Amino acid sequence: MNSLIRSPKDFWAALIYLAIGLSAIYLGRDLKMGTGLQMGPAYFPTVLGGLLSFIGLISLIRSFLGKGEPVPKLAWRPLLLITAATVVFGLLVRGAGLAIALPLFVIMTAFASVKFRWGPALALAIGATIFCALVFVKGLGVPLPLIGRWFGG
Amino acid sequence: MELITNLGLGLQTAFTLTNLLYCLGGVFLGTAIGVLPGLGPTATIAMLLPITFGLPPVSALIMLAGIYYGSQYGGSTTAILVNLPGEAASVVTALDGYQMARQGHAGKALATAAIGSFFAGTVATVLIALFAPPLAQVALQFGPEDYFSLMVLGLVAAVVLAHGSLLHAFGMVVLGLLLGLVGTDVNSGAARFTFDLPQLADGIGFVIVAMGMFGLGEIVRNLEHEATRSVMVTEIKGLMPTKADFKRIWAPIVRGTALGSMLGILPGSGSILGSFASYSLEKKIAKDPSRFGKGAIEGVAGPESANNAGAQTSFIPMLTLGIPSNPVMALMIGAMIIQGIQPGPSVITEQPALFWGIIVSMWIGNFFLIVLNLPLIGLWVRMIMVPYHYLFPVILVFCGIGVFSLNNSDFDIHLMALFGFLGYVFAKLDCEPAPMLLGFILGPLMEEYLRRAFIISRGDPSVFVTSPISATMLALAIITMVFVLMPAIRKKRDVAFQEES
Repeated sequence: MNSLIRSPKDFWAALIYLAIGLSAIYLGRDLKMGTGLQMGPAYFPTVLGGLLSFIGLISLIRSFLGKGEPVPKLAWRPLLLITAATVVFGLLVRGAGLAIALPLFVIMTAFASVKFRWGPALALAIGATIFCALVFVKGLGVPLPLIGRWFGG
Repeated sequence: MELITNLGLGLQTAFTLTNLLYCLGGVFLGTAIGVLPGLGPTATIAMLLPITFGLPPVSALIMLAGIYYGSQYGGSTTAILVNLPGEAASVVTALDGYQMARQGHAGKALATAAIGSFFAGTVATVLIALFAPPLAQVALQFGPEDYFSLMVLGLVAAVVLAHGSLLHAFGMVVLGLLLGLVGTDVNSGAARFTFDLPQLADGIGFVIVAMGMFGLGEIVRNLEHEATRSVMVTEIKGLMPTKADFKRIWAPIVRGTALGSMLGILPGSGSILGSFASYSLEKKIAKDPSRFGKGAIEGVAGPESANNAGAQTSFIPMLTLGIPSNPVMALMIGAMIIQGIQPGPSVITEQPALFWGIIVSMWIGNFFLIVLNLPLIGLWVRMIMVPYHYLFPVILVFCGIGVFSLNNSDFDIHLMALFGFLGYVFAKLDCEPAPMLLGFILGPLMEEYLRRAFIISRGDPSVFVTSPISATMLALAIITMVFVLMPAIRKKRDVAFQEES
C-alpha cells in the first residue's frame, strides 16, 4: 500500500461511498428534480448521494491524515467460492432443476471449507437434496422443478 | 380496567390451539436454528420468515416473535456451552457462562439464563402492555414532519450506538437509505436506479439484503477462522441452581431487567448495550470483582435478563410508531407489510386482536422458552456438536431456497450473493451492516414523509422547527450528535466499545 495512505480501511470505504454517492447523483440526472414544494423522484436520492459523497470525502481526507489499521487479509477462497456457488445455483435452479443445482451448490460451498472431503460432501449433497425436495417442494409447495426444462422436466 | 379487557382479548387471540402451536413451533425452530454456531437472530429470522407467509397475520407474527425469542436463547446456549456467541449480545454471556461450563456448572448457567430471561420477558411484556397504548395515542398526533424528524433522531441514535467508527456508521446509514430508494418511485412512477431490470422495479427486498449480509457474509467470516475453532462440550448435570445461587442471582436479574428494558427502546444496538451495561454494573457493585470472567453466576444472570428485556421492549417503537429500532424489528415490519398490515399507531385501534394477541403471545413464548429449553438441552447440545463444515452448506441451501421462495425469482438469489459479498467486504472495512439495514428500511418512509411535510407546508422547510414535536426531535438529534463528538465523551465511547472486543 502506498505510504501516502495512512489509514487504508478509511481509504477503501471512502472509495465505495464516493462511487455509490456520485453514481446516485449521476443516475439521478435523467429524473425530474422537482422543487421543495413538489419533490421530484430525483430530489431525495440526489440529496442522499451528495451526503454520501461528502462522507466519502471526509473519510478520504482522514485516510491521508490519521493513522489507521491496514485492511485485514480477505479470505478469498470462501468468499469467492460461496458467492460463485450462489450465483451458479441461481442460474441453474430453474433450467437444470433442483436435482442438479442443489447438489452442485452444496459441493461447491463445502469446498470452501479447509476440512473438505469428497465422501461426506457427496453424502451431504444427496441428503440435502432429498430433504429440500420433500420439505420445500412437496411440503411447502415452492415452485421449483426437480428436473428442469433443459432436461425435459 | 381497560387493560384487563385488552389483555382478555389478547388471551382469546393467543390461546387458540393453532396459535399456541405456532408459538411453540416458532420457539422450537428459533432455538434449533439459533443454537447453530454463528447464526444470530437476524439471520435466523430472515431464514425462517418464508415459512410464515402462508399463515394468517396473527399466527404469522406470533410465530415470528417466538422464533425471535427462541433464536436469542439458542444463541446464549451456544455462548455458554462452546464460547461461540452468535451475535454481539451473547458475547457478554460467553464471558462468564463459558467459564461456568468449563468448571462443570453448564447446567446451572443455562438454567440461570432461562430463569433470568423468563423474568425479564414477563416484566417487559407488562411494560409494553402499559406503555404502548398511550404512546400510540401520542403518535397519532404526529404529522409527517414529526415522523421525518423522529426518523432522523432514530438514525442518529443508531449511528451513535453502533460499534466502531462514527463516520462509517453514518456512511452505512446513508448508503442504506439510498439502496432503499431503488425501484419505482411511488409518487411519479419513475424507475430509479433499476438499470432497466424489471426485477428491480419493486425495489430490493429487505430479506434479501438481510440474508446476504447477515447470512452469507457471516458464514464467510466464520470460515475464515475455521481452522482455529474447536467444539468441546462438557457433560451437563445439575440443572437447577441451589438456594444459595438464587440468593445471588435475583438482584442481578432485577437490575438487568431494568437496564435492558430502558436501553432496548433505543434504536440501533440498544439491546446489545443493555447486556454490556448490566455486566459492567454487576462487576462494579460486586464485593469481589475479580470473580468476573472466571465463572461468576451474576455475570450470566444480569446480562441475560437485560438482553431479553431489551429484545422485548424493542417491540415498543415498532408497534406504536411503525419504526424499526434494529434489523430484527425491520424484518418484523417487513413481515407485517407482506401480511397486508401497515405498521403504525393505528394498528392498535384498527387491529386490537392482533396487537393484544402479539403481546400476550410474547409472554407465552417466554414461558415456552423455559419449559422447552431446559428439558430439551440434550437435543440442542447435539445440534451444536454438528461440525460446522457440514452445517454451513445446508444453511446456505436454506438461504438460497428461502430467498427464491419470496418472489419465486432466481434474480433474488443473485442479489443475495451480491449482498453477501458486500457484507463481508464491509465488515472487513469496519463498516457495520446493522445501521445500513436500518437505513434501508427507513429510506422510502423518510422520503414519503419529507414529501408530505413539504406539500402541507407549501415547500416551506421551517415546518421542521415550528412544529414543537419535530423541533424537539431534531434538537435531541443535534444534542446527541454534538455530545458524542465532544472529545471527552468520544474517548469514553471508544472505551465502552473496547470492552466488547
